[in-house]
Amino acid sequence: MRGVSVIGVGETQFGELWDKSFRELGIEAGLRAIQDAKILAENVDALYVGNMSAGKFIDQEHVASLVADYAGLTDQHLPTIRVEGGGACGAIAIHQAAMSIASGVHDIVVVGGAEKMTDVGDVEAAQILSSTTDQEWESVFGATFAGLFAMMARRHMFEHGTTREQLAAVAVKNHKHGSLNPNAQFQREITLEMVLQAPRVAEPLGLFDCAPLSDGAAALVLCAKDKARRFTDTPIDLIGTGHASDTIAVHDRRDLTTIDATVIAGKRAFHAARRTPNDVKVAEVHDNFTISEIMAIEDLRFVPKGKGGFATEDGETALNARISVNTSGGLKARGQPVGATGVAQAVEIVRQLRGEGGKRQVANAEVGLTHTLGGTGGTAVVHLFARGD
Amino acid sequence: MAIPRFWREIPSRYNLVASRCGNCGTVDFPPRVVCPRCGRKSLGRMEQVKLKGRGTVVTFTIVHDAPKDFDMMKPYALAIVEMEEGVRLTSQVIDVEPAEVKIGMRVETAFRKLGEEGAAGVIHYGYKFRPAV
Repeated sequence: MRGVSVIGVGETQFGELWDKSFRELGIEAGLRAIQDAKILAENVDALYVGNMSAGKFIDQEHVASLVADYAGLTDQHLPTIRVEGGGACGAIAIHQAAMSIASGVHDIVVVGGAEKMTDVGDVEAAQILSSTTDQEWESVFGATFAGLFAMMARRHMFEHGTTREQLAAVAVKNHKHGSLNPNAQFQREITLEMVLQAPRVAEPLGLFDCAPLSDGAAALVLCAKDKARRFTDTPIDLIGTGHASDTIAVHDRRDLTTIDATVIAGKRAFHAARRTPNDVKVAEVHDNFTISEIMAIEDLRFVPKGKGGFATEDGETALNARISVNTSGGLKARGQPVGATGVAQAVEIVRQLRGEGGKRQVANAEVGLTHTLGGTGGTAVVHLFARGD
Repeated sequence: MAIPRFWREIPSRYNLVASRCGNCGTVDFPPRVVCPRCGRKSLGRMEQVKLKGRGTVVTFTIVHDAPKDFDMMKPYALAIVEMEEGVRLTSQVIDVEPAEVKIGMRVETAFRKLGEEGAAGVIHYGYKFRPAV
């Protein structure tokens, strides 16, 4: 199979963007990525769009075709593909687009991810997020999205001795990183006390343990590796991908403190890339809740099982520490427009590997990782990126 | 939601109908057509069983931020319970102060109202958990 490189990235501001529609967001990110790649519209062979639930958030399905239309690509009649997979849809879209290049079908593909979440009220938005869980055997019984992660957190505390303060330390760190990211939804630092005293959502999780509702979009231009140098001097290679699934309901999982889909996706990605977790210096992991980041760094083997909270509290995952986790601010501070998440994570890693991280640049980053969850862990996707040789 | 969507789940929601694999004996809830462990060896050998309705809290939370259907109940305790048959279920824990719910607590199912379809729609029922007598 052919290698695949990233030759362009773009993203919008993330936040409550009242003046921007879904299509405006998608186009803004896409055009930035195309400009960054210095390609012409006619170079694009296909468009993949990660989107969780435009049907519920803005009553609009068929969004891939819509984005191509408003991006001015109508006359090319591109094949456009919308990818669904809960919170992982953007990461899956990258995988699908990469396979279309690896197979030889396409040379240059644009991958976008977008969500417009603030056109509905916050109670309704939370309910839409919760539609990625088992509706018949979880939601009907009063299980909320936060409640399901809270139950994983409670069990993690019970089995591994993780503390409430360690959960809070994830939010404090990611807000600090977000303060260095001009596109982040939250650019203000918070204190441990603020997290601990915030209103409770689902115990032990409070408001500051949860990623926000956001609008935003991100995009990548992927290119066959053997053609990438025609467009850029700093191609970033996609060196491995792992994509795995697990039970839709949390209660059917083998272990409530491990996301098996993450473990398997991580193994597959590291195997494909012939790398190990020790090679990774910068990672964007799915911190939709603080407990999620703790489980992710364990399940990706950055720290031993049960030590994720301790490692975070000790600062091992802060910017330019042992491994820099969520330098963008993560879902927690950058924001969580669901469909954009997987793509925005890749945008951050590409910037880091190019050395364009600005105030949040990780020193000597050669290999970076993205980790994206769908639902409560029914899907996980891991991508590994490296500087092109 | 359409009425049949609640109606067709009544056997499991009211009477805890589960399935047991005729090959390995594992119990799944709700009933499955294929055993996740045995695959094709289980085809045609899945039998219906009823859970006894007794189990132990494996983990729990207290929900403060609830969907509108549950707004009147908040804060409420929600738990994952391991039933005596080995399978796990998620539901609310009732007839106890939420703060008194603990991991390891023995519970049993109780038949309760789960929700309703607006002021004039169907009321739907199912299991919740309460401390075991």
